[in-house]
Amino acid sequence: MEAFTTHTGRAVPLRRSNVDTDQIIPAHWLKKVTRDGFEDGLFEAWRKDPQFVLNQEAYRGATVLVAGPDFGTGSSREHAVWALQNYGFKAVISSRFADIFRGNSLKNGLLTVVLPQETVEALQQLAETDPAAEVTVDLVGRQVRAPGITAGFELDENARWRLLEGLDDISLTLREEEAIARYEANRPSFKPRTVVV
Amino acid sequence: MGRTLAEKVWDDHVVRRAEGEPDLLFIDLHLLHEVTSPQAFDGLRKAGRPVRRTDLTIATEDHNTPTLDIDKPIADPVSRTQLETLRKNCADFGVRLHPLGDVEQGVVHVVGPQLGLTQPGTTVVCGDSHTSTHGAFGALAFGIGTSQVEHVLATQTLPMAPFRTMAVTVEGELPDSVTAKDLILAVIARIGTGGGQGYVIEYRGEAVEKLSMEARMTICNMSIEAGARAGMIAPDETTFAYLKGRPHAPEGADWDAAVAYWRTLRTDDDAVFDHEVVIDAAELAPFVTWGTNPGQGAPLSERVPDPASYEDASERYAAEKALEYMGLTAGQPLRDIRVDTVFVGSCTNGRIEDLRSAAEIVRGRRIADGVRMLIVPGSVRVALQAVEEGLDKVFTEAGAEWRHAGCSMCLGMNPDQLAPGERSASTSNRNFEGRQGKGGRTHLVSPQVAAATAVLGHLASPADLSDADVRTPAGV
Repeated sequence: MEAFTTHTGRAVPLRRSNVDTDQIIPAHWLKKVTRDGFEDGLFEAWRKDPQFVLNQEAYRGATVLVAGPDFGTGSSREHAVWALQNYGFKAVISSRFADIFRGNSLKNGLLTVVLPQETVEALQQLAETDPAAEVTVDLVGRQVRAPGITAGFELDENARWRLLEGLDDISLTLREEEAIARYEANRPSFKPRTVVV
Repeated sequence: MGRTLAEKVWDDHVVRRAEGEPDLLFIDLHLLHEVTSPQAFDGLRKAGRPVRRTDLTIATEDHNTPTLDIDKPIADPVSRTQLETLRKNCADFGVRLHPLGDVEQGVVHVVGPQLGLTQPGTTVVCGDSHTSTHGAFGALAFGIGTSQVEHVLATQTLPMAPFRTMAVTVEGELPDSVTAKDLILAVIARIGTGGGQGYVIEYRGEAVEKLSMEARMTICNMSIEAGARAGMIAPDETTFAYLKGRPHAPEGADWDAAVAYWRTLRTDDDAVFDHEVVIDAAELAPFVTWGTNPGQGAPLSERVPDPASYEDASERYAAEKALEYMGLTAGQPLRDIRVDTVFVGSCTNGRIEDLRSAAEIVRGRRIADGVRMLIVPGSVRVALQAVEEGLDKVFTEAGAEWRHAGCSMCLGMNPDQLAPGERSASTSNRNFEGRQGKGGRTHLVSPQVAAATAVLGHLASPADLSDADVRTPAGV
């Protein structure tokens, strides 16, 4: 995983609540067997509308998505995170994320930042009035900064450390081989096994 | 202080606990399907890692599989590649697979329980948000992403952040006309699509205790639609009776030891939930959704709500957008909404009891002109049982289509889709924009409402049907 320390880029305001992962990447894109090539599927249905925010010239190349509450609900598809990253997003800001989406994002180095709804709306307003305004998402200082806006954010210390260092969860867990083997040795015999009976 | 059911199961799976770090949990059962696993196997291959516990892993094909002509090559080359990729991955890594055509194939959340693999007090994961289904057995069951699928394949564990506990207590008895689906849709409408966020919900109370295992699965299945991490129901005699004798259920002394352990899996009397919701079962009625998220629902007897009635600005906006997408008008009676398609199936309502209850309603009747009704059993086993009971005939004689098992129109990854503007009454779990096909409009309903809707051509409950439309079989 690529480490995330701090990122500065222009923002896209997405004023919709309950953006589910079927909207982020529709199911027919899920037939791919790779982690890349999902950029054209991102918000596919909405992008057919020329007025949709991502189709506006002013937001071309923006890297921070500022979304409404309950972003990433529904399906567990990690493809939603890959689609956002493939398109070029480095961070998503919302007042509330669905759990599975949030977990998936942090495992892929897409920083999901939770800010109070009024701060999210202030950032959306800023991006609407001045699409060229730059927003900095600083994981080291746990702060989002933009012209006229400074807001601290919380992130679980362990998740933050993994992101800052770009650590791979599996390698970290495999260091616990002894503990896993000990647990396995003590499992009751009645626990189910998938071997054909 | 006492512990909740969820806390007990969690504690029994902690491999490693350290201050300031997520607990490392052991995973008892890992279910795989073709959509969320290819990139995970790819990761293993790149790192030169094996699957640690093939004996705790099982795969089936469901999301992409066609429900017609299953003996012919799959027409869509991309779907075919994904299924072939799963077959190759399972062969290369030694994972048990039930492919299309196999008698144990079906929707992954129907297959696990029917094999007896889903057991009380286990941890169950799958790269699919509806893994919450398995919580009906008192298992702690989570949907996970592909990175986590790879993590479980490699280590049989997952680092998990702590959760909060919520009790949803359903007091009293459900009226006869009210099903588990109506109950869970009402719960989601009450707490909202984000209301369960960070929580493991335990469903309890008299009404829940009286439910069959299949009805309990319907409820736990949709926990994710309230944003919850998982849903659970304490195991009891109903659970044990369901499991006894299934292919992977414990036997002999193991059965006795298992039941003794399972009996301990109840929330202690002095345990405290972080949040509690109480629902009066007697107040519930057949429930349908009118909007584009599962929280936008109402009793069938009501009208499409007026967005202006919402105080919260973002909810108001969401309701406006939903009505626009759904092609509905505020104030329109829900019963007046006409549908083109009725879908009975999915991990929510694709089990034998669901098919039986829908068949009971269409038996001897004809579905309305211009309505297409698809019956997609949740698994091959469910289909075989239905055929044995003659349900397939009941459906086809009513004018419905009897299909092969799979996820089908729940998410339209296979050819079973709504056309733009088409409207369905669906027993599935998500009414998101475009979920069942680009531009398709979905109303989530119970199997009973689905069947009555198919007969009348508009959203309806069995109570709206008259005996007059039951035809007497010819010659009788």
